[in-house]
Amino acid sequence: MRQITKFVPALYIVLLMMPIYWLINMSFKTTNEILGTFSLWPNEITFDNYIKIFTDPVWYTGYFNSLSYVTLNMVISVSVALPAAYAFSRYRFLGDKHLFFWLLTNRMAPPAVFALPFFQLYSAVSLFDTPIAVALAHCLFNIPLAVWILEGFMSGIPKELDETAYVDGYSFPRFFVRIFIPTIAAGIGVAMFFCFMFSWVELLLAKTLTSVAAKPIAATMTRTASSSGYELGLLAAAGTLTIIPGAFVIYFVRNYIAKGFALGRV
Amino acid sequence: MAITFKNVTKRVGAETHIHETSVAFVENEFNILLGTTLAGKTTFLQLMAGLEVPTTGEIWFGGKNVTGVATQKRNVSMVHQQFINYPHFSVFDNIASPLRVAGVGKADIERRVGRVAELLKLTPMLKRRPNELSGGQQQRTALARALVKDADLVLLDEPLANLDYKLREELRDELPKLLSDRKCTVVYATTEPTEALLLGGYTATIHAGRVTQYGKTPEVYRRPADLLTAQVFSDPPINTTKVTCQAGRMVLNDQVSWAADGPAADLPAGTYLMGVRPHFVTVQPTTPNPVAIRGRVIISELSGSESVIHFNLDGLSWVSQSHGIHGLEIGAEATFYLNTSHCIYFGENQQLMAA
Repeated sequence: MRQITKFVPALYIVLLMMPIYWLINMSFKTTNEILGTFSLWPNEITFDNYIKIFTDPVWYTGYFNSLSYVTLNMVISVSVALPAAYAFSRYRFLGDKHLFFWLLTNRMAPPAVFALPFFQLYSAVSLFDTPIAVALAHCLFNIPLAVWILEGFMSGIPKELDETAYVDGYSFPRFFVRIFIPTIAAGIGVAMFFCFMFSWVELLLAKTLTSVAAKPIAATMTRTASSSGYELGLLAAAGTLTIIPGAFVIYFVRNYIAKGFALGRV
Repeated sequence: MAITFKNVTKRVGAETHIHETSVAFVENEFNILLGTTLAGKTTFLQLMAGLEVPTTGEIWFGGKNVTGVATQKRNVSMVHQQFINYPHFSVFDNIASPLRVAGVGKADIERRVGRVAELLKLTPMLKRRPNELSGGQQQRTALARALVKDADLVLLDEPLANLDYKLREELRDELPKLLSDRKCTVVYATTEPTEALLLGGYTATIHAGRVTQYGKTPEVYRRPADLLTAQVFSDPPINTTKVTCQAGRMVLNDQVSWAADGPAADLPAGTYLMGVRPHFVTVQPTTPNPVAIRGRVIISELSGSESVIHFNLDGLSWVSQSHGIHGLEIGAEATFYLNTSHCIYFGENQQLMAA
């Protein structure tokens, strides 16, 4: 029995890590080895794939572009969602519940629906092919999400905290920055994580709204064949590097993610 | 500072939270707001603090109309029923926060926080975060923050309700001492009549958004202005029954009557509502000439060193509260003794006639 309780999770983890291992495995192989032989680990370890990514501007600017629009999007989404979520959590106003639900319905339309109008609109105001264009487009589904998550966290803070601060002499802005934001820091972290996650993996809008200057890494990566034929090792290396920021961010919010998936309501 | 309500009402949407109220709370005294949950105590405190604005009427502090004045400018402090502290501040920073906002100098802050922490036995915890403290210590921190800033008005909204009874008794003893040597008006909301009696001072009884009576606590307790006040200010609930005054005797029913003396001495003939607090209806006589009544026991419960017995008399349910352990069998006929010198008589309109 003792053996099984160890064996089952071990098997689970092995199966779960298999594709990731295979990706990392491939990233250290040459394309010839990938296509020619079946090997559980690289026969001949090569770092050429990684060297190419870090030296070829086509590759590393992809990372830079992706990270810049994702960061921009996180900052915009959370700073816009904070006051909105505060209003939804603390005040009753005309149509508040409908508006709150309507926010979430924005997520129901597939991004493809918005690809054409965004493309046309951003071209018209010459935002096309800039990181800010993608960041703004991603706000469409990230702001509602951030509002929902933050509202949940804020509603978990009794409004007596606000009252206590006013009684202590805090003005509203001072209270909001000095007391309230630190109190829901975990919620802000979770909201930022979710914004990161959706913005980082979204491909359609990011691809449509950029061409060369702001091309995201995912777009570069999905270009499977190049002039020199299939470069599977290179793509695997790019894939490996793409996982890292996600893993890094998850590490910081690991204790709060479950609460975030429940939109702060636990 | 004296706080005065002038024709204040508070409505939220179609709901009336506070009906028109005019009260002048006595300056530099312990004022108790006594009422059941949802009676409107918290709304009263929020109006005083300026967290809510009255729908009509005015609120005056001393000689100043503060109706529209923001909370931040009123120099009040407040403690809530829940333990409210700033979670990311240490206990020291929590207590110091009103002083920091007011721009008090660093040395002065250290001295004042140190003194208050000493009073509330928080000195060893000053470096800790509120969530590392027990409930009692968290509430002490909140109290310390309220006391540190020399407010003119200290509002306490059931501050002891969420504490276990040992801590509650301890803090209840300390509170009046902590507040006695400072010049501030205290308003203390509670649901417990016992607490009001222990804390003394002045009491306003509140029922369904109305102040039914305001006066010195013992006075309100002994001579409630109307039946409602007596009901709010009694735990277990006060017994009420119809009695008739005729030919110098108070008549309860065919068997029970007594000479109309004591509070009933000057009552004109007629029918009255009589209120008797449960501890004046006892299993054993407590006065030389008690009135014996017989009833059928419905519930018999022990609470500490007291027995609370509910019994049925002429179709009315009575509550008796006696010292000592008296196990009476349910359904049995038993004799109870009425201390008629502490009965309260109300007229037809439920207004006080004699007590």
